[in-house]
This record gives sequence, C-alpha cells and structure tokens, in this order.
Amino acid sequence: MKEYSSIWVKILKHAFLLLGCVVMVLPFVWMLSTSLKIPSEVLSWPPQLIPKTFTLQNYVTVFQTAPFVKFFFNSVTMSVVSTVCILVTSTIAGYVFGKFNFPGKNFLFVLTLATSMVPLEVYMIPLYMQMVKLSWVNTFMGLVAPYLIMSYGIFFMRQNIMSSIPDELLDAARIDGAGEFSIFFRVVYPMLSGPSGALAIFAFQQTWAAFIWPLIVTSTRDLWTMELGLGMFQYRFTVDLGPINAGSMLSVFPVLIVFLFLRKKIVRGITLTGLKN
Amino acid sequence: MKKNNNTIAVPLKRYISQTEKKKRIFVYCSIIPVIAIFAFVRIIPICTNFVYSLFESTVVNPTQKFVGLKNFIELFHDQLFLLSLRNTTIFALFVTIFSVAIAILLAALLTTQSKLSPLYETIYFLPVITPMVPVAVVWKWIYDPTYGLLNYILSWFGISPIGWLVYPNTALIAIIIMSVWKIVGYNMIIFLVGMRDIPETYIEAARIDGASSNQVFWKVIMPLLRPILLFVFVISTINSFNVFTQVFIMTSGAQGAPGNAVRTIVFDIYENGFRYFRTGYAAAEAVVLFVIILLLTFIQFGISGKGDSSKKKRAIFRKGAVK
Repeated sequence: MKEYSSIWVKILKHAFLLLGCVVMVLPFVWMLSTSLKIPSEVLSWPPQLIPKTFTLQNYVTVFQTAPFVKFFFNSVTMSVVSTVCILVTSTIAGYVFGKFNFPGKNFLFVLTLATSMVPLEVYMIPLYMQMVKLSWVNTFMGLVAPYLIMSYGIFFMRQNIMSSIPDELLDAARIDGAGEFSIFFRVVYPMLSGPSGALAIFAFQQTWAAFIWPLIVTSTRDLWTMELGLGMFQYRFTVDLGPINAGSMLSVFPVLIVFLFLRKKIVRGITLTGLKN
Repeated sequence: MKKNNNTIAVPLKRYISQTEKKKRIFVYCSIIPVIAIFAFVRIIPICTNFVYSLFESTVVNPTQKFVGLKNFIELFHDQLFLLSLRNTTIFALFVTIFSVAIAILLAALLTTQSKLSPLYETIYFLPVITPMVPVAVVWKWIYDPTYGLLNYILSWFGISPIGWLVYPNTALIAIIIMSVWKIVGYNMIIFLVGMRDIPETYIEAARIDGASSNQVFWKVIMPLLRPILLFVFVISTINSFNVFTQVFIMTSGAQGAPGNAVRTIVFDIYENGFRYFRTGYAAAEAVVLFVIILLLTFIQFGISGKGDSSKKKRAIFRKGAVK
C-alpha cells in the first residue's frame, strides 16, 4: 500500500501486530511462569509474570501424582501408529483413485469425499458400540481405531499423485516388466516424500490433540493419553495450580519444539490440506 | 503388409490384456483393505447412527424398542437440548465472525513481506498447533475470578473483577474469546496464502487507474478472495459447531461454571450417551448436528458453484495461482 507508506503508518502497523503477538504468546508465558512458581506465589496479588523464586517442584509433583511418562508414551504410540496407517492407506487409495479405472470407482471416491465433512462427534456413539461388540473398549486397538484413515489424506494424495506422477512413467515401468506392486513401492512411493511429510505432520498433530474419543473409549489410566490425563487431572489440582500448569507445559513443549523446527512444512501441510478442498 | 500387422497385434493384445489383468489384481488387493477399514470406522457408524436415533435404548441394547421419531420430538421439547443448540449457534456465529474479521485484518497487514513477517506468522500460528487441553487449562486459570490474569489487566482500567466462568453469559463470552484466539492464526495463514497468490499486476493496474488502497482492497482483493473466504467461513462454522474440549475443561471442576452454563450440542451428546446411557436419544442429537453440518456444506457448494461472474473470477484467480 504505497500511498500510506509513511514511516508513521509503518510504526502503527508494527505496533498493532506486536500487540497481537503479545496476546498470542501471553497465555504460554503465563503457563510457563505458573509452572515455575512456589505455591504461595501462584496465588499472589498482583500476579507476577516472572517468579521471584524459581522452583521445579511442580514438575516433580506432576510425575509423582500422575503417570505422565505413561501418558506421554501412550500419546506417542497412538500418534505414530495412526500416522503410519494414515500415510499407507492414503497413498494406496490416492494412487488407485488417481491412476486406475475400476467399476465403482467414482462412487467410492465421492463417498470418501462426502464423509470427510462428517466429524467424529456425529458417529462416535455407534462407533463406541462397535468397540463394545469387539471388546475393544479400553484397549489400544479401540483407542486408535478411528484414526487409522483420513478422508482428506486420500484426497490430498490423489491430487499430488495426479499432478506429479505422469502416466508415461508408469507405462514405461510396465513395459520394462515391473509388476504393479513394485511400481508402487519403487516408483510411486519414493516420489511422494514431500506430500507424505506434510500429511504425516497433519495426521500426527490431529491424533496427538484427540480428546473426546480417548475420553469415552478408555476407562483406566493405563491407556490415557497426554491430553486426556491432563484433562482428568485438572479436577484434582484445581487448588494447586502449579502442578497442573507444569503438566500443561509437558504437553505443549514437544509440540512447540517440533513446530519451531518444521514451521514452514507444517504451515504448508495444514493449510494445503484445507485449501485443496 | 496385413499379415505382418497381425503378427505384431496378437502379442500386443495379449500383452495389454495381461497388464490389464495385473492392474486389476493390484487394484483389488490394495483398495479392499482400505475400503474395509474405511467402512468399519466411518461408513457403518455414520449409517448406524440414523438407525439408533429411531430406537429407545437400554444400557446393553441400543436398539431395544423401535419408537420412530419419538426421540426427535422429545428433543425439541427438551430445555437442556434447546439451550445447548442456542449456545452452540451463538458460539459458532461469534467465533466465525470474529476469527474471520481479525484474520483478514492481520493478513492484509502481513501481505507486504517484511523481515519481521515470518516471525509474526509463526507467533500467530502457535495457538493453532498447540493441543486444546493445555491451552484450555491455562485459559481457565487466566479467567480465574480472584487471582486470574485477565481480571488483573482489567483492573488497570478500573473494571472490577468478573467471575468469567461462573455465570452462563460471561462463560460463553470467555470461551468464545479463547476459541477465537486459538483459530485466528489458521484463518490468517489461509487468507495470506490467498492474498499472496493474487498477481501483483492486478493491483498495479488498479493503482494506475487511480484506485486508492481502500478501493484496491475492497474492489480487487476481496472479490478474488471470495472462494477462500467462503471456505474459511464454512470450515470455521462447522468446527465451531463441534466445540467440546474447551467446554469440558473450562466449565468443569470447582472454578468452572455450574453444569449447564455453557452446555453445547456435543457436550449434551456426551452426557446423554456416555453418562446416562440414553444411546438412542444421544444418537438423535447427533443426527441434528449432522443435518446442521450437511446444510453448511451445501451452502458452501451452492454458493461457490453458482453464478458466471464468480466462476470467471475464480478462473482468473487460478491462472494467477498457477503462475
């Protein structure tokens, strides 16, 4: 906006953006600060942004009261299994939908697209009943079941495969005598590292943040994920805010680290999966 | 000549039919497991949900007795459900409007790239990437009536402490603010991608014709952004209709609001389905949620598909994007 490019407008713009940044970051700073405070200081008035005495006691308390190591491990396992599964199913289905013709293809593809708009909350009751029938309630299989497939993922991979892998390449491989399976593993799959990475991050983040499904499908602490453990334990720490904020830090920290390292990829992955719609 | 042709054509035909056969084997081997999982965790439950909604249920048997539309009739006389429908609609409306408006403003300020813009983008995107539970936990603490950060900041302006999460109305506002904070960065990034894809030449052309910055924004940028705007509107509304986690965390426990303060549809489904085991009734609520989402999706497809002018604009936009 050239005509406004006087220095004052610039300063005003950056002041506004910086104020926004403060609002965005303040809750995180407040979380960190509370997690490092001693109990008497947590409930001090006026609130102190920087603790007078730093303590790690809250983190110790969290690990003593709640099996957060277990929760963390559960979250990681669940997210990894889900991500791998989503990658495999999306790539296969995306490839088949993008490069082959078979009866019922269009119907199946439209079905995939249509269900992508339906959120888990709509069908969680029958899904839970299916878990009951299979005795998968409160098992790892039950926990991870809804996260084995992603409609967006199939669509996203199909788009990428159609635009980046030419038919001629596949035909050339066929003429050279390659079987369909080896074409998939040796030709198609290696060409998809970019979109795979974006999809993996998106899937991992989605499963990591899952809350309502773990809440209904698990009944013992052994299977609680990071998010669920934190949600359930805040009942017990409503007075003692130090430990619960320490627990929150433990849940936020890994995500933030990964985000800061892979920022560009994550942002592109998440926005593109949305935009391609 | 003819004979010669045939001798080539026969093995070629055989070769083609062989590869076709191989292809077919591959397709079925690979797609059937995927479709099976897909049916099991998506299609079947979505369909069963409609069936459940027509039955009266017991704890062990979700299809105890066929009651037709009784659940739905009861639903629209149920004060708690109507309250949750009202709350969720208000929530979705305000979260969408505010998050879209603020996101457009931010994106407009960030379109001209400067040294600081990657920093801004990262910071505004932080809440998006963070899981909901820890974020809700800290916001609950910020809203604390006696020791909360928000009441402290408001006290600078002479505003006396407010029990944010204690009263239904303020609790709804509190959760709206927190949710806008959470998703505004996502909307901003999408608008930013859209705005940066608009070719410089359009804006320059409008400038040469004597358009002011305001005119450029409203007459050139916004119309080109329309499909993206619509997409963000619908996605935000749909996601807001599913609100659960922040409500569950922020209104539970000692500091939270009493039971019904910010009851939302999904919260109501959760309570009826998994606390009182009224499966059929909860399934009927889920059907209502499904219909709302379906309507929103149709609105998106309906508007983005209609009218020649918008199609032309999108075609222009696409050309620009390809470049």
